[in-house]
Amino acid sequence: MNNNRLPVTEKKRYDWVPILLYLGIVLFGWLNIYAACYDENHAQVFDFSRQHGKQLLWMGVAFIVAVCVLLIHPRVFSNGSYIIYGIVLVLLVATLFIGTVTNGGQSWIDFGAFKFQPSEFAKFATALAVAKYISAIDIDLTLPRTRITLALLVLVPAGLILLQHDTGSALVFLAFLLPFFREGLSHYILLVGVLAIVLFVAALLINKYLLMGILLVICLLYLFVWLSKRTSKTYWRTAAFFVVCCLFTLSVDFTFEKVLETHQRNRIYVLLGKVEDPRGVGYNVDQAKIAIGSGGLVGKGFLNGTITKADFVPEQETDFIFCTVGEEWGFLGSLVLIAAYVWLLVYLVTMAERQRSVFSRFYGYSVASILFFHFAVNIGMVLGLVPVIGIPLPYFSYGGSSLIAFTLLLFIFIRQDADKNALI
Amino acid sequence: MSNKYTHRSGIVKIIFLAVGVLFVLRLSMLQLFDKEYKEKAKNQSLRNITQYPARGLMYDRNGKLLVYNEAVYDLMVIPRMVKDLDTAFFCRSVGITREDFLSRMEKAYIYSPYSASIFMKQISKEDFGRWENVLYKFKGFYISKRTLRIYDRPIAAHVLGYVGEVNERDLEENPYYKRGDYIGKSGLEASYEEELRGVKGKKIMQVDVHNREIGPYMHGQLDTMATEGMNLYTTIDADLQEYAEKVMANKRGCIVAIEPSTGEVLTLLSAPCYDPNLLVGRIRGENFKRLNNDISKPLFNRALQAQYPPGSIFKVAQAMIALHLGVITPGTGFVCDKVIGCHNHPSARSVQEAIKMSCNPYFYYTYRRVIQQGKFKNIYKDSQYGLTVWHDYMNRFGFGYRLPIDLPNVKKGNIPDTAFYNKWYGRERWAFTTIYSNSIGQGEVEVVPLQMANLACIVANRGYFYTPHLVRYYGPDSTRNPEFYQKHDTGIEREYFEIAARGMYDVVHGAGGTAHKADIPDIDVCGKTGTAENYGNDHSVFIAFAPKEKPQIAVAVYVENAQGGGGTWAAPIASLIIEKYIRGEVKRKDMEKYYTEINPCQKLPLTRRVKKPKRR
Repeated sequence: MNNNRLPVTEKKRYDWVPILLYLGIVLFGWLNIYAACYDENHAQVFDFSRQHGKQLLWMGVAFIVAVCVLLIHPRVFSNGSYIIYGIVLVLLVATLFIGTVTNGGQSWIDFGAFKFQPSEFAKFATALAVAKYISAIDIDLTLPRTRITLALLVLVPAGLILLQHDTGSALVFLAFLLPFFREGLSHYILLVGVLAIVLFVAALLINKYLLMGILLVICLLYLFVWLSKRTSKTYWRTAAFFVVCCLFTLSVDFTFEKVLETHQRNRIYVLLGKVEDPRGVGYNVDQAKIAIGSGGLVGKGFLNGTITKADFVPEQETDFIFCTVGEEWGFLGSLVLIAAYVWLLVYLVTMAERQRSVFSRFYGYSVASILFFHFAVNIGMVLGLVPVIGIPLPYFSYGGSSLIAFTLLLFIFIRQDADKNALI
Repeated sequence: MSNKYTHRSGIVKIIFLAVGVLFVLRLSMLQLFDKEYKEKAKNQSLRNITQYPARGLMYDRNGKLLVYNEAVYDLMVIPRMVKDLDTAFFCRSVGITREDFLSRMEKAYIYSPYSASIFMKQISKEDFGRWENVLYKFKGFYISKRTLRIYDRPIAAHVLGYVGEVNERDLEENPYYKRGDYIGKSGLEASYEEELRGVKGKKIMQVDVHNREIGPYMHGQLDTMATEGMNLYTTIDADLQEYAEKVMANKRGCIVAIEPSTGEVLTLLSAPCYDPNLLVGRIRGENFKRLNNDISKPLFNRALQAQYPPGSIFKVAQAMIALHLGVITPGTGFVCDKVIGCHNHPSARSVQEAIKMSCNPYFYYTYRRVIQQGKFKNIYKDSQYGLTVWHDYMNRFGFGYRLPIDLPNVKKGNIPDTAFYNKWYGRERWAFTTIYSNSIGQGEVEVVPLQMANLACIVANRGYFYTPHLVRYYGPDSTRNPEFYQKHDTGIEREYFEIAARGMYDVVHGAGGTAHKADIPDIDVCGKTGTAENYGNDHSVFIAFAPKEKPQIAVAVYVENAQGGGGTWAAPIASLIIEKYIRGEVKRKDMEKYYTEINPCQKLPLTRRVKKPKRR
């Protein structure tokens, strides 16, 4: 390596806050996995035929990976961005052909003894590649060509994952909107996104013509009450806004019926309370709410969750792991976990802002945003605030690929941060 | 390094914080304020498991087991848990076709993909045993246990009755029952339901999603034990019952045999009989439909529910009442003048001879004296008085009301009273000549076969009876029903019953008796034949008791549509029953074979033969 040639102005200084938060969340996660698959006959901690035993193995691997990342020079990742990105794309394409099907998604490559999910690694690879591209010195973000390239860098892996029928993991790439926003993406894009979601939900809940009427009233109020000065331009803009909104509203039915698959439709219906089917499509969410709600203030205690112990919640050690926290650790335990996540996320943003290179800053924002998306969607789904989208809770859910990939994602940034002064 | 968008880091942080706060609010709603989920969690992870007590067993009078319970298994499935199933192997093991498998799975899936539903009901222990050891391979399937009634010998279906799931009415009437519980629907199962069923217990268990129990809740402090159902020790003689059912094969009718000294029913059957095991388990629904639609009505208990005209056997009771009222004396004779149709025989010179020869005119005149005693000038008033007295005595013979036997749905028959005729003909519009058919057990008189057997008991006891009953005692304390030990006296002098007994002895043994076929060598059988007129062929009736002194058994045999009268069919069958009971076996094998195999209905075609009424 060419470490020796680099000018070292300051000693490496690892920031221990994210590392400790990471360790805390991983260990607490393991306790909950242990509880979720607890069985008196297999209570041994090092039983590698059980999920809690396997997770210990993955944790070992993840810690080794973390230490390695911290020891490797950060430039390996920044310089190797495109190579890593390329490898992941090849793996994603390969998955389409040789992948095995699990839970309806073809996103796993089978290596005999263990399975590996390339889509988990696509997140940090994409973050690296986009950060690399955007940090080029001659970049001009105002050029449409640049913007299209950036969009493609994100959308190509997302599209490949979508082809694997892993909608959840593909949606994660929406998280890149936040780092782009930080780098100057118009806030209108975010607002349009929010508006689209609001209109979509509203169109499903109430009569479409009533909704269009309400939109009309809002537009008229905006024009004649809110605005003090009205020009022909404002008239045209408002009219265009209204027409686009109406067209979107009318298209909701089509999107809903033809684009979404049945289980996705059902999940949205369940969330909106249009379908009450606690034995059928609404089962998971209903059981999750029961498990969490029964936890009360302080929870039932470690290994004492009656719903958890009795396997009422499917996928409990993976996507629905938060149920165990809610049931066994109660409101206080959940509060601590949520606080830890929010602390980590906010801290990562602060860390990103103190970076001197665009590469590290963008990458830091990507890390925070990807973690945030997972956190928001996973816990939101368990709490019945978001339709069921099967993505794991970072560092917490059972699963080797996701734990190692998220560890890589975070520790690459911690390594960058440690060298932030050296890199100038 | 900062640029013009640095301030946006604040916006991003605010978004992160906002989502965190939103989650905390939502959590506080779910965990702190909303009680609904705690309740639901309790309902689903704690299960009130009803402890079903074993239903009581039934024994016959000699301690032979009649009814017991056997475990059966329901195969349950949770569709979502079914994984990596080798369908072909599964179908082969369980013994169903692939189509069947698919339709059952679909049904279960429609009910719920996540909770358990019954995949296959009531699998026998043998069937289950065959694939029990491979059950673990079928993920998502598990077994739940229940019990079924099993009848050791296929006999006494009408006495024992059957058990079925509770219906809406049972649920409304009795809060003890919950949907899916079993209840006695007929026979002893119904009348001793409360004793047999025991008391349900409650166990609170922690269960998992497969309904598998993980362990007791609060170490079982809140649990209650189930109390086992009480055993019934019945008065049925299983061997006699089996024999009687064999003899009555190919016939329609019924037999009731009672031990006169106690009122204990030895045998009670209604032919055609059916195997009580037919109404158990998975095959029950189909078999019930089949039996219910059968033209010969096997589910109908003729011994208790068929109200037949008694025919000539009724003359015994007529004679006793007339003697007691003093309107005739033992030596009274009437000329057989065919005032009412009769067969050819010498005129009866005494009550004993009249019973032996079953002379219709004799009882016509006797009944006239009972009804028109001359207490009133007005014959209508006189008849009213006479009928009232007669009705009262008939009630003492157990006629005209429901005998309180311990079986459900007993009919009361009909002994017409003044109100009956006043309604029918009008007040003072009827007299003896209107109602004389009653004298020979025809007309408006109807009795159920149980009452006929009871009449035989009364004569055997020379004037009294105990309510016929089927259970001697029940439960660990040998509880007895005191009602069954109450003597019901007719209030008629014993000497008159001696005359009746002698008359009935002559029926079987004397010259001109009508039932010589009932004679058993070395046993003094006393009997009385009857031929009940009917559309179609007459019914053949015979009541008997034996031996004449210290009788051990009284029996009534009713054979429907058997051409030839009581002496031809019912009498020999009754004698077979008596011999079987007293001797333990029947020596007259030829006779046994003949009457077992023959079908009296088939000897003459079952056409609707219109008979001229014998009234003039």
